[in-house]
Amino acid sequence: MTPRSAHRRPAATRLRGARGLAGWLFILPALAFYTVFVLRPITLTFQYSLYDWNGIGPSTWVGLANYGKVFTDPDLFDSLVNAFQLIVFFSAIPVVLGLAIAATIRRIAASRLALVARTVLFLPQVIPLVAAGIAWSWLLASTGVVNQLLTLAGLSGVTRAWLGDFATALPAVGMIGAWVLLGLCTLLLLAGMSKIDPALYEAARLDGAGPWREFVSITVPSLRQEIAVCVTVTVIAALASFDIVYIATQGGPGNTTMVPGLQIFYLAFSEREVGTASALAMVLMLLVIACALPIQWFAKDGGK
Amino acid sequence: MARRVRSGRSGAALVIALGTLAAACAAPGGNSPQPQATATSPASAAPACGSAPITMSGYFETGFPLPKALTTEFTKQHPNVTWNVREDQFAVITQNAPRVLADNPPDLMRLPQVSELVKDDLLKNLDGYATAFGWDKWPASQLEQLRLGQGGRPRGEGSLYALGLNMSMTGLFYNKKLAAQIGMSEPPATLAELDQALDKAKQAGLTPIMQFNGGATGGLAFPLQNLMASYGPAAPINDWIFQKPGATIDTPANLQATQHLEKWIKAGYFQKDVNAVDYATMMSRFIDGQGLFMFNGDWESGNLDKQMAGNVGFTLMPPAEQGGKRAAMSAPLTFGIAANAKNADCAAFFLNWVATDKRAREIGVEIGGSRPMGPADAYMPDVAADKVTASTLAAGADIAKDDGAMDFIANATGAIYAKSWTPNLQKLVAGKQTPQGLLKTVQSDYAGQLEGN
Repeated sequence: MTPRSAHRRPAATRLRGARGLAGWLFILPALAFYTVFVLRPITLTFQYSLYDWNGIGPSTWVGLANYGKVFTDPDLFDSLVNAFQLIVFFSAIPVVLGLAIAATIRRIAASRLALVARTVLFLPQVIPLVAAGIAWSWLLASTGVVNQLLTLAGLSGVTRAWLGDFATALPAVGMIGAWVLLGLCTLLLLAGMSKIDPALYEAARLDGAGPWREFVSITVPSLRQEIAVCVTVTVIAALASFDIVYIATQGGPGNTTMVPGLQIFYLAFSEREVGTASALAMVLMLLVIACALPIQWFAKDGGK
Repeated sequence: MARRVRSGRSGAALVIALGTLAAACAAPGGNSPQPQATATSPASAAPACGSAPITMSGYFETGFPLPKALTTEFTKQHPNVTWNVREDQFAVITQNAPRVLADNPPDLMRLPQVSELVKDDLLKNLDGYATAFGWDKWPASQLEQLRLGQGGRPRGEGSLYALGLNMSMTGLFYNKKLAAQIGMSEPPATLAELDQALDKAKQAGLTPIMQFNGGATGGLAFPLQNLMASYGPAAPINDWIFQKPGATIDTPANLQATQHLEKWIKAGYFQKDVNAVDYATMMSRFIDGQGLFMFNGDWESGNLDKQMAGNVGFTLMPPAEQGGKRAAMSAPLTFGIAANAKNADCAAFFLNWVATDKRAREIGVEIGGSRPMGPADAYMPDVAADKVTASTLAAGADIAKDDGAMDFIANATGAIYAKSWTPNLQKLVAGKQTPQGLLKTVQSDYAGQLEGN
């Protein structure tokens, strides 16, 4: 070891240390918030999930019994099943319909109609979910606009209180979610489409491809990342849904629209079973992660 | 190199994060200070609000003007007392009650079902005040629902933990114009007569009963409990609500009542969309003249007198047999004092004032629409005989005579209404639950909830 190198080394370490420290100082505020408002609640929720506790009095250690209850109590388990059914409405409809609408809007991109369509479709995203829920519960009431239109069309036989019928309540809630999320998906996909190289379309057209072929072979594959984002966001929205259901049906009729988010709320604040509520919350969190991660991997692998 | 530095530092960050989390390691609830409520209130001289300026904190229910009207009048009579009132929807109060009482104890609070609050020592024991003010000499039925045994069970006996601003009464409101249309000149005197009236209304193309049963509020519990009281005595229903040992809702009389309700549903006596109708929709439809009967309580008397002046009548649920005993859901508008309230004496003085002051009793009737609490011989304000308020007040006397006051089956436990009655009544409407299944399910949920507490 030469004197020179011996000199240089501590200097380099000092420099590195100082720079590292500065970096950590910069992220400290964010880290503090993340710790206090994300990590700490998660840890506390996990801790609560191991106890039988009413939120006020003394608690009893029950181990994993609350988790057992989540999977054996039919009320709790059914709410998880309902959440998965909502994925069809919250994810499948907005993404598929969003793709079709975005492709259409792109074709008429220059016209004023495209601007109007974009604005109208994105509007639900701007409206608070509670307001959307209230508006839709009026539209779907037995004397609401939906039934009035059906009656006008001569379909008075199918009119019903959509949110109060055992068979239609969950799909009706799902449609409200689809309406809210359609605009978000359309806009994301439209933005993605604008990045596709027009030369690709030109080449395809020279090869004799029609609009459908272009859509399937160029548009959809190029939008892999955007579709993944749409699916991730909407799947999470479906699994963690609360506001729309709370406003529109409160889980009724007869628990047909009960979702985990609402169930957790009822368990914790009305039944005062904080332990079971926390266990269901942990299960829901893991489910969301289990659903979102594969979508992310799928998108990344596809990108390479 | 940079990578190695990063990993070392993130280890440090993890330590910081875990350090923050370490505070959470004690068992929940164990380290939070427990309110000391076991001590009874002073029994010596009658407590009062004194003469020094004092600010009372209140937590009231949104949409009900009575408490505010009373506190305003109280301040007029006792200028040193000002009120700092927070208001919330009843559902929110129900969800917040334990935490608010523990963390930020109000002097006076509108209370939901009290059993669990008493169990957690969150409410002041009012026995001392009862002796000091002479509440224990009031008719016992007024305070029965507010008495609880050690640890919150059973209800109906034991120490006093709350008081009512008044005593509400429920039964059948009816639209007089529609009643005349089907030739109903007198309210039905027996269940069979009620059935006939409902059938006539149905034949005439009217909605016989306007009720709510949507969302998380199963309003068919109103007609159901009335039918239960028609078929059987009120006492066993109260025993169940009061969580007395061995009490069950699954009795032969209650089964008959539930079957009768199912008959009404199948005959189309309720609106077709009853499972989507909430309380507010029911009220606006009834006021709009869309239904003959409505099961509801006298907290709407003043409102109905205003909106359907002269066109609305009230009757108690008729008994199964002519001349049989009548019963009704009748409960105090429950208010309590937090165990750690700063101005408990003044709050107790206020509650006593509500029941005994002449002007306060007038406000209770005019604005609240219900019978004031208080001594049997206390001043009763006059109400014009043609008002529905007069009928609901008179019903109170009938119920007292027949000893037929019941608490609401929805109040048996904190969660029984939203978690058990409501979904099962909604299923009964949809034909997805049988009367027997309904009672069995509710009973098993009830047992489970008592065990869990």
